[in-house]
Amino acid sequence: MITKVVKNASEAISGITDGMTLMLGGFGLCGIPENCIKELVNQGISGLTCISNNAGVDDFGIGLMLKKRQVKKMIASYVGENAEFERQLLSGELEVELIPQGTLATRCLAAGYGMPAIFTPAGVGTEIAEGKEIRNFGGKDYLMEMAFEADFALVKAWKGDTAGNLIYRRTARNFNPIMAMAGKITVAEVEVLVAAGELDPDHIHTPGIYVHRIFQGTDYEKRIEQRTVRNAV
Amino acid sequence: MLDKNGIAKRIAQEIRDGYYVNLGIGIPTLVANYIPEYIEVVLQSENGLLGMGPFPLEGMEDPDLINAGKQTITMLPGSAVFDSAMSFGMIRAQKVDLTILGAMEISEYGDIANWKIPGKLVKGMGGAMDLVASAKNIIVAMQQVNKAGESKLLPRCTLPLTGVRCIRKVVTELAVFEIDIDHGGFHLLERAPGVSITQIRNATAGRLFVPDHVPEMQL
Repeated sequence: MITKVVKNASEAISGITDGMTLMLGGFGLCGIPENCIKELVNQGISGLTCISNNAGVDDFGIGLMLKKRQVKKMIASYVGENAEFERQLLSGELEVELIPQGTLATRCLAAGYGMPAIFTPAGVGTEIAEGKEIRNFGGKDYLMEMAFEADFALVKAWKGDTAGNLIYRRTARNFNPIMAMAGKITVAEVEVLVAAGELDPDHIHTPGIYVHRIFQGTDYEKRIEQRTVRNAV
Repeated sequence: MLDKNGIAKRIAQEIRDGYYVNLGIGIPTLVANYIPEYIEVVLQSENGLLGMGPFPLEGMEDPDLINAGKQTITMLPGSAVFDSAMSFGMIRAQKVDLTILGAMEISEYGDIANWKIPGKLVKGMGGAMDLVASAKNIIVAMQQVNKAGESKLLPRCTLPLTGVRCIRKVVTELAVFEIDIDHGGFHLLERAPGVSITQIRNATAGRLFVPDHVPEMQL
């Protein structure tokens, strides 16, 4: 039986070299590949282009890579909550491409579905549309946006099996399944790794065909960005 | 003149039983507090959830369960979780009945600017461009004048646009407006309690159309 299992994060990210383009799953700090990020920081791989909805916070997530100046370019939809990011952006050390969140998601989806481009109304008539092809369908304008190309996709799932099948939990799903489908090489880190056959095939979110390497992560912090509670009545 | 909660309360009156609703950050989030109990709505959070519930009780926070503002939340019975592509797929396909969001500027043709101020640090548009470009029913919740006393309802937006000709309804601290996106103009529908037409006129830089009778909001 095919096994996609690797020992740890170090083995999982082997082959990532300076200047590559990476996708990193997660929304804010929710569902981010914590172990892979830590290992990228350990290895000091730099000049990276990172495609991720957000850029972490100062001392967690992609923020850790920013701090060590490993990121050359950030492609994201929202990059607030990060002072170091602001500093590097204003000083010109960091290149940033902001794109609408739905466009970001659908450009991942297109890559995973083998489609070269998508048409979306998001950004028509705004600066996002500059230099892009516009097509009119049924009287409405759409921008042509290209599928992403990423050397590696690093995703986080809740459970996975040795065949690379993945199940996500709650809103930690977010960009993970579509990035998993979009990487030339996809690395999945999971909280629980089980033998193939233990997950119900009906419950798989990402089929193992999209996943090249899988490992059980350790020491998940799962930090909460905005802890918000209500009062008991 | 309404405060933020007043604006939210007025917008809540636009929600119908059975609606799927996407609430933006800021005043729109407050709208959830004023949805009457006899109305059933499903809140969509664009990071991948239908059926968003209230904030959790202390100690019940789940790091895997957040809203688009990255706040910890809960799920109500009947909830469904999905990925970000499907989330914006249902927005683009107009499955979401009502979108409520904030704005910095609105033009008399329904253009909206709410993501970028030149010279200030840009944080990004998040899902705002997708929402305004696709949603069929959008209500903007905003303060009508800025801190300098200048109107934010303009002939044309001065800030970089989020979307063009997409906003048809605006609720502010002073009034409710409908926008004629084909011919241009803010049509005054209602005024906030105690607010005069003159006050509204002074706070509207774009073309304003005032009917003979302008009812006061019923809150």
